[in-house]
Amino acid sequence: MLSRIAESLFWIGRYVERADGTARILDVHLERLNHLPLEEQRSVARELLAVMGAKPQSEDFGLPELLHALAYDKQSASSIAGSLGAARENARRARETVSQSLWESLNTTYYGLNQHRKDVVGTYRFCNWVLERTAMVRGLADTTVSHDESWLFMVLGRSLERADMTARMLSTRDVQSAGMSWVNMLRCAGAYESFIRTRRAAFGDQHAAEFLLLDRLFPRSIVYALRDADECLAKLDPSAQRVGFINDARRIVGQARTFLEFHRTDDLMSELPEHMERVQKAVTQASDAISRKYFNQADEHAWVGEVS
Amino acid sequence: MSDLFQDYSEAAARSGAYDEMFAPGHVARKSYGQVSGALRELSLADVTARADSMARTFLDRGVTFDYAGEERPFPLDIVPRVIPADEWDVLERGVAQRVKALEAFLNDVYGRMAVVADGVIPRQLVTTSAHFHRAVHGFEPSGGVRVHVSGIDVVRDAAGTFRVLEDNVRVPSGVSYVLENRRAMAKGLPEAFGQQHIRPVEEYPRRLLSALRKTAPAGVDDPTVVVLTPGVFNSAYFEHTLLAGLMGVELVEGRDLICRGNRVYMRTTAGEQRVDVIYKRIDDDFLDPLQFRSDSMLGCPGLVNAARAGGVTIANAVGNGVADDKLVYSYVPDLIRYYLHEEPIIANVDTFRLEEKEAREQVLDRLDELVVKPVDGSGGKGLVIGPDASKDELDALRKRVIADPRGWIAQPVLQLSTVPTLSGDKFGPRHVDLRPFAVNDGDDVWVLPGGLTRVALKEGSLIVNSSQGGGSKDTWVLANSPELPAEFIPRQSVTVREQVSVWPVESNWRDRQTEQQQ
Repeated sequence: MLSRIAESLFWIGRYVERADGTARILDVHLERLNHLPLEEQRSVARELLAVMGAKPQSEDFGLPELLHALAYDKQSASSIAGSLGAARENARRARETVSQSLWESLNTTYYGLNQHRKDVVGTYRFCNWVLERTAMVRGLADTTVSHDESWLFMVLGRSLERADMTARMLSTRDVQSAGMSWVNMLRCAGAYESFIRTRRAAFGDQHAAEFLLLDRLFPRSIVYALRDADECLAKLDPSAQRVGFINDARRIVGQARTFLEFHRTDDLMSELPEHMERVQKAVTQASDAISRKYFNQADEHAWVGEVS
Repeated sequence: MSDLFQDYSEAAARSGAYDEMFAPGHVARKSYGQVSGALRELSLADVTARADSMARTFLDRGVTFDYAGEERPFPLDIVPRVIPADEWDVLERGVAQRVKALEAFLNDVYGRMAVVADGVIPRQLVTTSAHFHRAVHGFEPSGGVRVHVSGIDVVRDAAGTFRVLEDNVRVPSGVSYVLENRRAMAKGLPEAFGQQHIRPVEEYPRRLLSALRKTAPAGVDDPTVVVLTPGVFNSAYFEHTLLAGLMGVELVEGRDLICRGNRVYMRTTAGEQRVDVIYKRIDDDFLDPLQFRSDSMLGCPGLVNAARAGGVTIANAVGNGVADDKLVYSYVPDLIRYYLHEEPIIANVDTFRLEEKEAREQVLDRLDELVVKPVDGSGGKGLVIGPDASKDELDALRKRVIADPRGWIAQPVLQLSTVPTLSGDKFGPRHVDLRPFAVNDGDDVWVLPGGLTRVALKEGSLIVNSSQGGGSKDTWVLANSPELPAEFIPRQSVTVREQVSVWPVESNWRDRQTEQQQ
């Protein structure tokens, strides 16, 4: 398939997943933020924005600015509106490849972005709507696109972004004050019930972090998402190799996954920041490596790549 | 205040009840400062939109109750009921005290009956109670707790004093609405939360689970807890699923259980699995066809024997109904003095015992100004409010009371306190009660901050039951101290550990590759 199309599909996967993850994080943390004293609210808002990988535009940064930056800012690739706009833009460039229903659901989503009130209550509804729309996009992608190369690129993008998003959900632990933070981490990932069912009476930060980082069966855990990405990469490049690797992306993803999966520790919580940093770095590097291998553009075309 | 409250003060004056939000003269009480500020900012359109969206959320989430065979969203009003810290402190201690006394009473009644021997209550009172089950006489349940979960209904009279209206120590329900209401309110009226600290309710399922595990039969290291439901047709089925889900335990029906050798097992894909603690949400009568109703399809034969043999903990214990018999209720202040040597912290509502001749005659003379209740009813069933009843109803009631004086009690009509409640296009005062929930793990009685506030949605109505047109309100308990509790203390910088990297050193593959390309 055309590199250009493959790249678009990869980024549809990433952007849709990013919108989904950001909506989840915003939904849960907005509730907490609302209960904080004003001064603390402002500093937490800043920290939350930093976790999402953006910088405040102005000195005066509080709750309304956070909502704009994470939900409604169409210019920013780290906001929900920006991501969904970019996903739709990518689908437009690959319209002949993606299925009609997938294109339509992305396009409808794009036009629905403005139909929400931008206050706190409206944002809750917006987040909810985004979760529903992204679930629909994913479902249509899975059921109306052949599971060939094009689909694999979409899933690859989705899996990488999911690992990245879960890492950010885990990082929000540092933003929240102590106490119930593990419940919030789990609720971000929609993992609360799953977690409770597997853990019976063992609650707490450590167990929750372990679940989101290492669980082999929960689809939003980092290890699970990285394994998905790994499998996609293997299917995209099935050439059997007896030794070593020929694909940087596979090496990066595989190394991160196996390191986490087989890492043994007594003190997960103090290592967590490093894990999160490295996972996010691995995702970025893998994404770069995938671009180099599959989406290579001639330099002189001066193509403006996507902002990650 | 916007015109949403236009006619409020007149309506409140008409009812003559204590209003939770406004002191006389239409001044918002201090505890309601934030709420009243938030409501002032909202227009009618805002309020209606939010109320609609909250109702829709409830329907979507399945927060419903069964009304005439139809699933309805449980009506949640947008104005919360706020309880200031000092008032809650008294309620909390009062509820815990009552639970401890009832626990001691049940242990006594199903054991030595010292309370009868010492002349505190007549033996007849116990033995005539419909829920006194001889089948569970003479053994201490494993774990040593009988009242794991209780709901003590309290109301506020016209003078603003809290009084206990009834005790529920069999299968108190409604806690799921407490959890769901808070969730809905946090998103429906976020402005009102603002700068005050409202005590969280979300730890309830964890508290319950840990209490249930703690009271497991001796010698079980990792007890298996299940919730026993009558099934999907029960009106509280939503609550059963929610609690089982939030505790992460199985929700079982009677047919999923087997008793063998005085142990209880559940049928699973991995074979039979031992069950150690059953959180029972069905009535005693249906629990065990060997002991109680033999036609029951909901229970599991042999449970009572298993409990007697110490093979399983049943929560709440079988036979608790004798403690929430409404005639026994009238003796609870005496029971508190007898067992705990304390004075009751929350008073009872004055109650006429109709077996006493004088009281009965007085009541029969004044039937039209009293409330008459059956002693073993729940959900407002069979209750007659004198002033609202027709002459025929009163005559029928008179006959029934004379025929079975043990079966009824009478109380004066209480003007329950009111809270503003959205009705049509404005707020009006509506009567509320409060059901705080308490979890007893054997060492300690923990009272969920707040509880379920039920509200009668019809103006002037005193009946708050959901089956009779009642709704609910989120109940906020304000935190006592101005300093923030642990949850909100800004994180101290994490102990700076020597940053030892655990990941492998990053290789310089990128540079190498660039070199190769060149």
